[in-house]
Amino acid sequence: MNISPDPWVWIAALLSLAIFSFLYKENPFYRIAEHLFIGVANGYAVTFYWHNILMPTLFDPLFRQGKLLYIIPFIIGILYFTRFIPRISWLVRIPIGITIGYYVGVSVPATTQAFIIKQIQGTVLTSTNFQAWNAGSWGIVWSVIVFIGVLCSLSYFYFSKEHKGVLGVTSRIGIVFVMIGFGAAFGYTVMARISLLIGRLQFLLGDWLGIIQ
Amino acid sequence: MTLILLTAIFALAPPGEVRAYDTPGDRGEAITIEWQLSQDDAVLDGYEIYRSEDGVDFQKVGFLGRGRTNYEDETDDDKTYFYKVAAVSNTARTLSEPTPQVISSPQWINRTKINIFIAMFLFGGFILYFIYHARKGKELFIRKIAGLQAVDDAVGRATEMGKPILYSLGLGYVEDIATIASLNILSEVAKKCAKYDTQLICPNNRPIVYTVAREIVKEAYTEVGRPDAFDPDSVYFLTDSQFAYAAGVSGIMVREKPATNFLIGYFYAESLILAETGASTGAIQIAGTDSLAQLPFFITACDYTLIGEELYAASAYISREPLLLGAIKGEDWGKLIIGTVLIAASIVGIFTKFPILDFFR
Repeated sequence: MNISPDPWVWIAALLSLAIFSFLYKENPFYRIAEHLFIGVANGYAVTFYWHNILMPTLFDPLFRQGKLLYIIPFIIGILYFTRFIPRISWLVRIPIGITIGYYVGVSVPATTQAFIIKQIQGTVLTSTNFQAWNAGSWGIVWSVIVFIGVLCSLSYFYFSKEHKGVLGVTSRIGIVFVMIGFGAAFGYTVMARISLLIGRLQFLLGDWLGIIQ
Repeated sequence: MTLILLTAIFALAPPGEVRAYDTPGDRGEAITIEWQLSQDDAVLDGYEIYRSEDGVDFQKVGFLGRGRTNYEDETDDDKTYFYKVAAVSNTARTLSEPTPQVISSPQWINRTKINIFIAMFLFGGFILYFIYHARKGKELFIRKIAGLQAVDDAVGRATEMGKPILYSLGLGYVEDIATIASLNILSEVAKKCAKYDTQLICPNNRPIVYTVAREIVKEAYTEVGRPDAFDPDSVYFLTDSQFAYAAGVSGIMVREKPATNFLIGYFYAESLILAETGASTGAIQIAGTDSLAQLPFFITACDYTLIGEELYAASAYISREPLLLGAIKGEDWGKLIIGTVLIAASIVGIFTKFPILDFFR
């Protein structure tokens, strides 16, 4: 055993154990670690936003380089603080409206392309995509299964009719496809989480206690 | 003499038909260079791209491995450029002829995105059509969604038990569709909380989402005629760090013991931590997200889960507002069209040589 003499390693290890103690029940050690974690994260975020966003993209151009056009985002940003003054707190809706409007405008076309157009492209059956599947003689079978899966899954998310009759059958098949997909995602993600746990245990048993290399 | 002879024997074939053109449908500042593979492509290290502003002095600006036939160069708009492409191996380099001069400039319309424009135009048209009819009073049917029928019970349970309701909007930004849908649901939940005088706890991860959420809750209390009951501290910013947020919300769950947890929005790896902690406190949990990787965890640890588009339909279902109902109806018609396009495109793709996939690039 070769315990670390580094005080920072000790602090990190004890805080890790304090967080792990939540697995038993909520306790003062967990509470200290939780509040410390949130406080440090917020302190870090404030300095990060100040040095990496506000200074280089707003204050420097506006106040040091004299780019007067930046006064517009400056004023819009300032309006967020009006909610602290009850008489003019309604002004906060202006930056909120601009922010949501801008970002929705940006994200809707991107979402349409990524989740609709590209999904159709990957699902449409053609003689060439049978070959491109690169799955030997099973290529055709897999392509058809994906095609049916997409159509049936779509039918599950059709809200304008009760799921009865033909729609009932296709939506049931669809939810089976959806659940198979979730099962695969579950296994894949659990593996990723286990690797995170292994990383923390390696730190505790290796860097801190020196039991393992 | 020997050197000249060896050079002649080992000289590489240059890339063929090199052409440079302003990258189409972009915001400018880019020129695309295309060429045909050198006949010696199999023995090459790759291709070097040279650029000149006067057609005489060429500087190397890029390198691509063998088998590649195009390169996009970053440029300044309204400047003249010439390009050459060299086939390169470890012993030789052969340059192509220079291209004619080319200038980059921005375009107003990106023609490669026309398909997206058509899709949005169609969906937008359907949505506006149904909103128009919903506003005129036409009854629009939406099937029952299990998780949403539990919302009333969940709020009622919290009221009876005298315990608060916890509402987490997740880690999504305000532009995420899941966050916007969640904000709509928050509005309805807040109205019920105001009506039954149930305490609402809404810790936030994103500063702007927090600002919007606070306004929405405040407005919900005003709408049901109880602006005085709105507690400004019920909606607050916790932290924008992912796991600090998870630790904080978990702490709130075990200390405040909410009767109901709503975990609705966009979540990442913290989803299981939150859902498991909530389940351990005995709270009813209603979750909803369109994050595919996190949905399995919500399904296993929560009582009700809104899967993907059910989340978008949820706010319309709860509120019965014409605007939202019309949007859901429009989306349903969009799905019908997607299904029809899939079937029609597949028939064309299988039975003809028509390059149908080009429509979906």
